[in-house]
Amino acid sequence: MDGVSFDADAGEVVALLGPNGAGKTTTIETLEGYRRAGAGTVRVLGLDPWSDHTRLTARVGVVLQRGGVYPVMSAERAVRLFASYYEDPRDPEELIDLVGLRSVARTPYKRLSGGEQQRLALALALVGKPSVAFLDEPTAGVDPAGRIAVRDVVSALRSDGVCVILTSHELDEVQRLADRVVIVDHGKVVAAGRQGEIQGGAEELRFAADPGLAVGDLSARLGVPVSEGPPGEYVVSAAPVPALVASLTAWLAERDLALGDLRAGRQRLEDVFLRLTGAEVGVPAGSANHAAGSDSRRRERRGRGRR
Amino acid sequence: MTLERGETLLVTLGIPVVLLVFFTLVPVLPTGTRHRVDFLAPGVLALAVMSTAMVSLGIATAFERSYGVLKRLGATPLGRPVLLTAKIVSVIAVEVAQIVILVAVSLALGWRPHPAAGLAVVAVLLATVAFAGIGLAMAGALRAEVTLAVANGVYVILLLIGGVLFPLAKLGGLASFARLLPTAALSDALHPTLGAGSGVPPEAWIVLGVWAVAAPVVAAMTFKWE
Repeated sequence: MDGVSFDADAGEVVALLGPNGAGKTTTIETLEGYRRAGAGTVRVLGLDPWSDHTRLTARVGVVLQRGGVYPVMSAERAVRLFASYYEDPRDPEELIDLVGLRSVARTPYKRLSGGEQQRLALALALVGKPSVAFLDEPTAGVDPAGRIAVRDVVSALRSDGVCVILTSHELDEVQRLADRVVIVDHGKVVAAGRQGEIQGGAEELRFAADPGLAVGDLSARLGVPVSEGPPGEYVVSAAPVPALVASLTAWLAERDLALGDLRAGRQRLEDVFLRLTGAEVGVPAGSANHAAGSDSRRRERRGRGRR
Repeated sequence: MTLERGETLLVTLGIPVVLLVFFTLVPVLPTGTRHRVDFLAPGVLALAVMSTAMVSLGIATAFERSYGVLKRLGATPLGRPVLLTAKIVSVIAVEVAQIVILVAVSLALGWRPHPAAGLAVVAVLLATVAFAGIGLAMAGALRAEVTLAVANGVYVILLLIGGVLFPLAKLGGLASFARLLPTAALSDALHPTLGAGSGVPPEAWIVLGVWAVAAPVVAAMTFKWE
């Protein structure tokens, strides 16, 4: 990691976003006390999670990337077991209902679906009534109904004054849930700010069409900058007044080009994300998976070495 | 959770009992004692200790590590000391059960022990710590499947050269190497204290003592929690 710095307050949901290999898990594991920061200061509730780990465990709840439950143990038993580790735990039955696992409470962990396992992990993270919750991909593999349950749980945590730091790849979810967003890439913070601010004040016009259009020509015609981000995604950097839209569609009509998509106004979080980290994602379709995979492996190695 | 794994019970209890009964009744091993059971009874006790403290503890911990259970527990207030204590207590509890059953079966087969129980208990405790150290060292350093293979492999080797089924003297040249290993040291300690009544060779105490210190230390230093 390279100079990652941010803070989060009680009753706030902060989302840590980034492509695979960007350093989200490294960052969150440092906050959880599993790794030691190479340089700089890490404070959770005023304590150092590495050296004061024992004092923090009672007040922090975590959802790890990988389960952490005995495969033969039932959901109910797992929650009860974890409740026994804390002085003032939540009622296990209530928690199971809260995350929507009542129907599979007696099912062994290994027979739960990925989404059910993830929701159980959420219950286990909350059983100790934490003041801070670190949720690594809490909705990964969760079905839409379950996602609503998770969202409700996170909102309730926020109302209770819990500080929630989560990572996610589901940018629509994050947009609905997070108060603040931190985007990391290559071990650095590339954007951070309140939800809404990050999307930028400047208004734009975005459209999708065939890749490789003559943006120079279009830009000259419209009199404003036009750029192509990921292939086929174009951004016109000007307020989307009707006249501009008309000129754009006229230009496309002259060349008999189809318009795939047209969006005006404030960007979606996904657009910001792709733009900031898009260089890695924007490779020709055929080689996309291969290149992205080896890129993230390389990044992961570099990230660890630098620490 | 260990007791729930039926397959572990088979190994930890089934194998010593079967070996005890079979080799007592079938006159095939050169035990060197008047009644075969007099040699075999302490021998299978040593085997039982090894299988619980090293094999089943090692394998269970290895799989807990691979499922991410240990890592997850690290984020709770449970704490390493409490976790280790719980594991030790469960190992001792299982050993007590094994000892009771094996002693009962041995007595039924005609075993007449002259027990110096105090010393025998000390030997068993030292060996338990030593084997637990070895088992946990494996669990913390190797992948779970590898620990499974290595733990079982070591068990079989030590079964053969540990003075469990026949006296070490029968091993010839191999005996001096075998005596450096904890299983042989434990049998060397248990045979006199539970049987013939002659003294325990001091080398056995030294070997047990060294393993009981070195193995846990190595485990503590090399344990990788993920």
